[in-house]
Amino acid sequence: MLWACILLPHLALDGVLRRRPPSDEPLVLVTGPAQARSVYAANASARAAGLRPGQKLAAAQALLAHFDAVEYDPAATERWHRLLAAWAYRYSAEVALWPRAIVLEVSKSLGLFGPWPKFERQLRNDLTELGFRHHIALAPTARGAHVLAGMHDGLAVTTPDALHSALLSVPVGKARLPGQAADSLAGMGLRTLGQLLRAPRDGLRRRFGDELTAHLDYLTGATQEVLPFYRPPDRLDLGMEWTHEIEHVEALVFPLRRLTGDLGAYLAGRDGGVQRFMLRLIHRDGSSTDVSIGLLAPEREPAMLFEHARGRLDRTTLPQPVVAMRLVAHELPPFVPAGRDLFDTRPLHALPAEQLRERLRARLGDQAVGKLRASTDPRPERAQTADMQAQFIGTPTPLPRPTWLLDTPIPLRGPPPRILAGPERLETGWWDGGGLRRDYYVVETAQGQRAWVFCPIGEHGPWMLHGWFA
Amino acid sequence: MGQVVALDALFAGRQVWHGRAAPAAEPGSQPTGWAQLDAALPAGGWPEHSLSEILLPADGVGELQLVLPTLARLTQADGVIAVIAPPYTPCVAGWENRGVAMSRVDIVRTDTPRDALWAAEQCLRSGSCAAVLAWPQQADDRALRRLQVAADHGRALGFLFRDRRHAPQASPAALRLEVETAPVRQLRIRKCRGGQPPAMAIPFPAESGR
Repeated sequence: MLWACILLPHLALDGVLRRRPPSDEPLVLVTGPAQARSVYAANASARAAGLRPGQKLAAAQALLAHFDAVEYDPAATERWHRLLAAWAYRYSAEVALWPRAIVLEVSKSLGLFGPWPKFERQLRNDLTELGFRHHIALAPTARGAHVLAGMHDGLAVTTPDALHSALLSVPVGKARLPGQAADSLAGMGLRTLGQLLRAPRDGLRRRFGDELTAHLDYLTGATQEVLPFYRPPDRLDLGMEWTHEIEHVEALVFPLRRLTGDLGAYLAGRDGGVQRFMLRLIHRDGSSTDVSIGLLAPEREPAMLFEHARGRLDRTTLPQPVVAMRLVAHELPPFVPAGRDLFDTRPLHALPAEQLRERLRARLGDQAVGKLRASTDPRPERAQTADMQAQFIGTPTPLPRPTWLLDTPIPLRGPPPRILAGPERLETGWWDGGGLRRDYYVVETAQGQRAWVFCPIGEHGPWMLHGWFA
Repeated sequence: MGQVVALDALFAGRQVWHGRAAPAAEPGSQPTGWAQLDAALPAGGWPEHSLSEILLPADGVGELQLVLPTLARLTQADGVIAVIAPPYTPCVAGWENRGVAMSRVDIVRTDTPRDALWAAEQCLRSGSCAAVLAWPQQADDRALRRLQVAADHGRALGFLFRDRRHAPQASPAALRLEVETAPVRQLRIRKCRGGQPPAMAIPFPAESGR
């Protein structure tokens, strides 16, 4: 077993920063009750001005006159965390979420993505692309990797012995010990993990309970740890909010690129695609504008998702300024890379007919594309149906039938037509109250059109036009 | 005109070349099902991978009768037909009586003329439709050119049904047919790629009411 730990030291801040265009403006996350606001996290330029996490907001304002303060949102941070877990799921089936960290088992993945330096570079590239600062370490145990990631970015040990020796010099304060054990141990004179590991277990257990000794066993690999693994959800809901209002669609392009990038990362992790998703633009008063995006086939390429979404967004007019945007995907069908029949005679670039229908449906509406088939009903209005489930029994009628059918018959205008064939008497439909008694004729109009007309039984007019022999 | 250029030099430089009689009409790969029309068309049938424009004085003068033999042939060979923005509902019994397999016919309804053109272009370009029938309400030269390119790209037969009043406008379609109803029903070829349009009208009798 080899575990990679990705430590996300600035998860909350990065989550806020990544939805804004890059800038050097000082920015802090604030938290706490209204009377005692304090700084939760500060970006580089705010830190340069002396702002520190844990500082009172009043003190921060005394140090720096102008800075952006954003409310710290634990729920949003949690969402980012889960998004990253979804991303990591692409690289390993065993992904666990720990506070501000993600651990994943990589020994089985190295065959595909490895060796480790290359794999690590890939992970770092992805995370940089997604906009999250990170520390990565590799160790034979998950907790070992977690501790090492906190010590030094980029550490990689692959054998239990090397891990053991690497752990010896770790200060107890950084060993991620449970509860308050680190403070008490320091008070007892145990300053490094090495001293702690050499200390008698019985005494430790008596003083600190089973939790500490279990942690040490998991850390060194003496006991195999069973972790609750992350399972990707079946629907996706990504969101972004702004403190200011966005009035133009163009300004939504940057956040949209982030959202579709996140969607792509999530889908790749799940080995799925998305065919339909929705952008919900939320306005100040809580109302929202929905933009739904349909694709011809399940896709997961972020660039393609972005282009499609942008195409739809560009055509949207904003009734009001936007304060938040969400991306919701309910249907996540499996992603099937395009394949072709060897003996397919169609051109090389041909779209499958299903994908074409999907593309038409996506723009024109679900009802816009369909087939027609004959039903068993003799009444012309009901003789055909778009319902593909209906059963068809019998053969086509040998009687004249037009090629165009009018949905509702209309009176035939103009001079009296010349009768070519008929009458064909339809006297039917008595069983469901939709009975009709008509004589159908084929006639030719003065303009040379051939029409299928009917009139009440036994009469010759007034003619009702029901179809054209086009 | 001071210089006299030798004709041989022009021939050698491929600036001038001999006119040649058009190759004898061979049976086309897309016969229309109307023998006299096939004989009059340079391609021996519908121009392949191209747009054919059919100009009508009114709806219901035989425009479907003209293409239904082709549709029957294509659907029986498992080709997909797209019918875009038809003016009326296709009557299943009528189409099936003429040999069309309705299970291969997709009917696309659109709300706006722009959507109709878009759908026609998508279907033509997709390469998965054997033929596309479209009734564009508004189509300018640029839109038609797009459709022509899409038909070429997707190797599909495109049929555009338009009103006769568009006849004087230039069109990039490879074939333009006009259906005339007076004094008798006949077809007139307004334009055909690869040959001179015949001056004679082609008889196009109405079917005998099947």
